[in-house]
Amino acid sequence: MTVTPAEQAAEAAAVGAGGVGPERELIGRSPGRLALMRLRRDRVAIVSGAMLLVFILVAVCAPLIERLYGVGPLDRFPDRLDANGFPLGYAGVDADHWLGIQPGIGRDIFIQIVYGLRTSLMIAFTGATLTLILGIVLGIVAGYLGGWVDAVITWVLDLVLAFPFYIFCFAMVPLAVHQFYGPRDQESVWFRPALLVLIFVLFNWTSTARLVRGQVLSLREREFVEAARASGAGLGHLLFRQLLPNLWAPILVTYSLNLPSLVTAEAALSFLGIGVLEPTPDLGRLISDSVLYIRDVPSFTIVGGTTLFLLVLAFNLFGDAVRDALDPKSTR
Amino acid sequence: MTPAPTAAEPGAAPPPLLTVEGLTKHFPVRSGAFGRKAFVRAVDGIDFEVRPGETLGLVGESGCGKSTTGRLLARLLEPTGGRITFDGRDITHLGRRELRPLRQQLQIIFQDPYASLNPRHTVGKIVAMPLMVNGIDPPGGIKRRVQELLEIVGLNPEHYNRYPHEFSGGQRQRIGIARALALRPKLIVADEPVSALDVSIQAQIINLLRGLQRELGLAFVFIAHDLAVVRHFCQRVAVMYLGKIVEIGDRDDIYTRPRHPYTRALLSAVPEVNGSARERIRLVGDVPTPLNPPSGCRFRTRCWKATEVCATREPPLVGDGDGTRAACHYPEQGPGQSVVDGREGAMEGRAS
Repeated sequence: MTVTPAEQAAEAAAVGAGGVGPERELIGRSPGRLALMRLRRDRVAIVSGAMLLVFILVAVCAPLIERLYGVGPLDRFPDRLDANGFPLGYAGVDADHWLGIQPGIGRDIFIQIVYGLRTSLMIAFTGATLTLILGIVLGIVAGYLGGWVDAVITWVLDLVLAFPFYIFCFAMVPLAVHQFYGPRDQESVWFRPALLVLIFVLFNWTSTARLVRGQVLSLREREFVEAARASGAGLGHLLFRQLLPNLWAPILVTYSLNLPSLVTAEAALSFLGIGVLEPTPDLGRLISDSVLYIRDVPSFTIVGGTTLFLLVLAFNLFGDAVRDALDPKSTR
Repeated sequence: MTPAPTAAEPGAAPPPLLTVEGLTKHFPVRSGAFGRKAFVRAVDGIDFEVRPGETLGLVGESGCGKSTTGRLLARLLEPTGGRITFDGRDITHLGRRELRPLRQQLQIIFQDPYASLNPRHTVGKIVAMPLMVNGIDPPGGIKRRVQELLEIVGLNPEHYNRYPHEFSGGQRQRIGIARALALRPKLIVADEPVSALDVSIQAQIINLLRGLQRELGLAFVFIAHDLAVVRHFCQRVAVMYLGKIVEIGDRDDIYTRPRHPYTRALLSAVPEVNGSARERIRLVGDVPTPLNPPSGCRFRTRCWKATEVCATREPPLVGDGDGTRAACHYPEQGPGQSVVDGREGAMEGRAS
């Protein structure tokens, strides 16, 4: 630790000030900052991160885009369709409708995709975040306490893993809808998204919980945990102050890889007709609608599919980059 | 040892700070899928005491229960049996809340400086942890106290905001020591504090601990397998073998007149610097499993003096009047047999 006199003076000044603010000189590089530096040097991370940022911005700013674009997601343009319901011109593309017109129903595809992204990302982020919280709490408690608590949580976890996801959805979604709404009732707009988030959380917490549990099992014997115990630290301090900061790396990785899997799952459920319903725009349902016209208007399917593909690809690449940055020693 | 007087009158021997009686720790293990429960007898009934400001060395080979003893003392493990009395209070089975005030007086330093510091916390946060956990707000603020502690252990107090990975092993161990000192303890359990360090750094850390002991009047339970380090640092030494103390006494008695054959063998294994030819006692075989220790004297399977009585009767830990107690039916006699005679003179100057 060689410190030049100038640096020493600077450090002394900073200490003298006593604040936490402008002490750049003597702030050490935390493992998190090192990871961020590695991430910034990774070209794939930069590109996929930028793509993600665009997708997220589009989703967040959907109403703004609607205003600038001048077309809403529910606006129909029957005059742009021919007698058979096919769009006029090439897929209906023109200066007002950048990606064309949806056959049959006559809606603008671009704004459908913009709002579809919003639905997709909202469900995915909410689902992944709640999943994360549930997984962390259950995993950390199971791993640290061990004994019967661990046995019960692991047992429930195995039970959840044994459930076939899509079959469960097919069986449960209509039942759940039936529970809340009669045959003629109009479902509330948020009901389906909330139901999907709930299902995702119930099915997805297992991977996070298992990962956290495993990490805690290896960390809880470390001496810094014992040092905290020897000082009289309580369970809350041990779990969330000592252990949790060491778990952020793997947690962040599962989170970033959970997001695309939820985007796909949401799209799949909507494609299959048990996800988000009309009139809420959705990518999965858009693709499902387009399949009917795949021979006549292939661009419709291609546009929806490509958007979903790029979204999931960007998430996956960024997740991989995050993992590499957090754990430079891991090999692919 | 002399029985503790009821009150600490000036001139009389002070009452022991820490008294351990019949301390045992058995770890349950299952042999095979449906095997019946067995117990690893890691610590199997040990007695010793530590007076204020005194340093007791706990030596023995790997797996003899030294570290388990240390963790039992710091109450990181729950004892299976026996009694631990600290500062006049029975702390053997106290709960976390009742232990709190006590934990401020009994701290532990760990062996591995790479595992004992939370890699995600800054040095300041690590050293402040005991203060935060116990809700202590020292005069001048936590930050000042932490920087004071860093200075005491010979670190630059400006390193407050750095992370453990930016420090060397010796510096990390100093951070661990600062953390142990934060609560102003009376007793520190040092669990092999230098065995993970370079020899040159070992000396620095040992000298730091000695200085702290002198200045702060700390008592130490110093766990080590390096006999030279223990001789340098400890006033009294306890030798452990397979979960039991086989010999305990003043440092010079142990090192110059070992009475238990195991102590003698252990001392004879210390490498010699001056190259004088000395008979080395080679013990044959391995340490028996603590799952099923030998009957009678535990050392008899490897002892060259063992007879039938050693297999049937467990030797008690008895003294011969000069303060040293050994658990052997056939203790070594007198200094004439000492195996470390040759280097006694050489070590004397340093060990005072």
